[in-house]
Amino acid sequence: MAAYASRATFSGRTRWLDLWHALKTLLRSFFEWFGELGLFCGRVARAAFTPPFEGAELLRQMDAIGAKSLPLVALAGAATGVVLSLQTRESLTHFGAKAMLPAIIVFSLLKESGPVITGLIVSGRVGAGIGAELGSMKVTDQIDAMEVSAVNPYRFLVATRVFACILMLPLLTLAADACGILAGWISSTLTEPVTLVRFLNSGLKDAAFSDFLPPTAKTAVFGLIIGLVSCFQGMRTEGGTAGVGRSATSSVVLSSLFIILADVVLVRVIQVLFPT
Amino acid sequence: MPVAVEGLRKSFGERAVLKGIDLSVRSGETVAVLGRSGTGKSVLLRLLVGLQQPDSGSIRIHGQDIAGLEMDQLNKVRMKIGFLFQQAALYDSLTVGDNVEFPLRRHTTFSEADRKKRVHELLTSVGMDGEQNKMPSDLSGGMQKRVGLARALALEPDILLFDEPTSGLDPITSTEVIQLIVKLKEERKLTSIVVTHDVHSAKHFADRVVLLKEGSVAVDGTFGQLTMSRDPFVVEFLKDAA
Repeated sequence: MAAYASRATFSGRTRWLDLWHALKTLLRSFFEWFGELGLFCGRVARAAFTPPFEGAELLRQMDAIGAKSLPLVALAGAATGVVLSLQTRESLTHFGAKAMLPAIIVFSLLKESGPVITGLIVSGRVGAGIGAELGSMKVTDQIDAMEVSAVNPYRFLVATRVFACILMLPLLTLAADACGILAGWISSTLTEPVTLVRFLNSGLKDAAFSDFLPPTAKTAVFGLIIGLVSCFQGMRTEGGTAGVGRSATSSVVLSSLFIILADVVLVRVIQVLFPT
Repeated sequence: MPVAVEGLRKSFGERAVLKGIDLSVRSGETVAVLGRSGTGKSVLLRLLVGLQQPDSGSIRIHGQDIAGLEMDQLNKVRMKIGFLFQQAALYDSLTVGDNVEFPLRRHTTFSEADRKKRVHELLTSVGMDGEQNKMPSDLSGGMQKRVGLARALALEPDILLFDEPTSGLDPITSTEVIQLIVKLKEERKLTSIVVTHDVHSAKHFADRVVLLKEGSVAVDGTFGQLTMSRDPFVVEFLKDAA
C-alpha cells in the first residue's frame, strides 16, 4: 500500500515536472520568436532605408499584392454591405429607426468592417503567398544564391513586400468600403427603392473627416503586420516542403491574430486622438 | 593567394562540424574537397562566401579576411566569387535568361542590349543557347546546373565554388558537367574549389584533392598521393568510392 502511494506521488511529481518543462520550453520559444522578429525588423529597416532602392521590384509587388487582391477584397466588401443592409433593416424597422439604415451601413463599413475585413482577407491571400514563396526560396537555396550574388535579400525580397503591403492596404480598404456601400445601397433599394444620391447623402450626412481617414490609415499598420510577419515566417523556413506549408499557415494565422490585436489598440488610439 | 583558410572551426550546437581546417588554393588551381556526407564540405563552401560565420579561424579571399566584414564590403568580395549550388538554386519565378541576367542587372551599368548579348554568350558557353525563355521548372537537373553555372560566371568572377556539381545526375550528364568544369578551367584559368563525394570525377578536373575526415583534413595532395596513402580511413574511403 505504502509502495503504491509512493509510486503515485512519484508519478504525480513527474507529471508536474513534465508540465513545468513544457511550459518553460513554450515560454522560451515565445520570447525567442519575438527576439528574432526584433532582429529581423532591424535588418529590414537598415536595408529599406539605404540605397540602392528597389523601385521596379516594389512596383511589381504592389501589383501582385494590391491589384491582384482587388477582386477578392471588393467581393468581400460588397458581401459585407449586403449582409449589413439585410440584417440591420429588420432591427431598425423594429425600433422605428429605418431611416438610419444608410448611416449605419456607411459608418460600420468606414470605421470598422471595411478595414478589418480587408486586413483579414489580404492576410489570408497575401500572407500565405509571401510565406510560401519566401519559404520555398529558402529551402531551395534561392535566397542564399541571391546573397552570394551580392544582392541583399532583406532589401530586394522583404523591404519591397513590406512597403507594398503598407501602401496597398489603405487603397484596398477604400475599394472594399466603396463596394460595400454600393452593394448595401443595391440591397436596400431592392426592398425599398431609394436613389444612390439620396442614400449617400443620408449615410454621409453626419460623417466627419475623422470618421473616414484614421480608420483607413490604420490599415497601413495591418499592412506592416502582414508584410513583416509573413516575410519573417518565410525567411526562417526549415524542413523542406513540409516547412514551406508550415510557414504559409503560420504566416496567415499569426498575421490575422496580430491584426485583430492591433485593431483593438488602434481603435482606442483613434478614439483618443480623434474624439467625435 | 586567392583563397587561404586557417584554423577554421564551425559547430552547430554541440556538434563540431569543422575542427580547425587549413586550406590554401593557388591562382588558377582546381581543388577537389572530398569526404563522406556530413563531414562539413558544404559548410566549408558556405563559410567561404560568408553565408555562415565561423566560430574561429580566418578566411582570406585575395588577402582580405572576410570574417566580420560589413555587408557592403562582403558583397564586394562576393562579386569576385561564383557559386554553383547543389540544386542549382535558380530563381523559379524568372526565366532562364532573366536568371543569368539578374547579377548583370544588379551590378553592371550595361545597356539592355549589352546585357542580352552577354546572357547569350554565357548560355552559349554552357551549351544552353536558345533556352532563354524557358522556366527553370522546364529544365532537367543537368540543364539547371548549366544555367546555374552561366549565372555564376555572369560577373566574371576569378574564384568558382561548386557544391556537389554532379550529385543527382545520371552518368552521362555528370560527364557533361565535368567536361564543362574542365573546359572552364582550361579557357578561363579560374581558381576553383569543387566539393564532391565523387572521387572518379575529381580525378578528371582536380589539380589537388583535400580529403576531410570528421571535420579535419585527412589528406591534402595530388590524386596520386591520395591513392598511394596507406591511412586506413583513406583506403576505406577509396574502396567505398570504387
